[in-house]
Amino acid sequence: MAVLTIGAFPSLVGSMTLDFSFKLAEAAIAKGHKVNFWLSGNAVMMAKKGQKAFKDYSHIEKRMMELLGKGVEITVCEACAEARGYHKEDTPAGMKRASMDWYLAKTFNSERVLHIGGE
Amino acid sequence: MGATKLCFVVQRPPYKSENARLALTHSISSQTAEIHLEDGQSVVPTLIFVGDGVLNAVKNQNAMKLYGVTSTESHIKNGLLIDMPVWYCKEDMKRLGLTEDQVVMDAEDIGGELKAKLVSFEEIVKEMEACNHLLFF
Repeated sequence: MAVLTIGAFPSLVGSMTLDFSFKLAEAAIAKGHKVNFWLSGNAVMMAKKGQKAFKDYSHIEKRMMELLGKGVEITVCEACAEARGYHKEDTPAGMKRASMDWYLAKTFNSERVLHIGGE
Repeated sequence: MGATKLCFVVQRPPYKSENARLALTHSISSQTAEIHLEDGQSVVPTLIFVGDGVLNAVKNQNAMKLYGVTSTESHIKNGLLIDMPVWYCKEDMKRLGLTEDQVVMDAEDIGGELKAKLVSFEEIVKEMEACNHLLFF
């Protein structure tokens, strides 16, 4: 088993890159690896619970909740979230909030770090 | 025990997107990563500007005056203040018509001692090869 840390920065809506990031995490978990997941920049859109599914937009809250249930540590950049008005009470259950040093610390024990950039 | 070496490679210009700012804030946060690690463990960053990314280092930015936000110039100085190596790609500087006196090379005005370096792309590639993980912004 290896440890994979994914740093995701793209927004939920606008490209399929964030969808890809979560699919990648699912694939790694299915292969028995441990995954740490950092959401920063516009990817902190995921730190707002109760997102409604429309067929015209990506909807990955359900997928994210399943990953949390499978033991994936998903942490959102607290400053990026607060700057966008996503507060602690908005955070989906199980998701953590931390400062950027959390992400860097996770790289220490990771075999691979996939930094998936923003727009 | 030990250190994990991280290369933060900034290829995007400032202000058009959040990428460059995030590279700067994330790399600077390496200073406090140890609170999440065991004794003796650390992450060691090198901040590298390539392509249009070198524009982040232009001196005399007016971000606070015009946008009400901190400048990438000030963040680079903060990086130097905490002794984080800051490198600029020499070839890209030349391509954009930038000279050493037009970019942030030190943080002496805020008490920093480390100086930024102008390096060739070949040296940057070597540094990237020596890193444990690459983070592209």
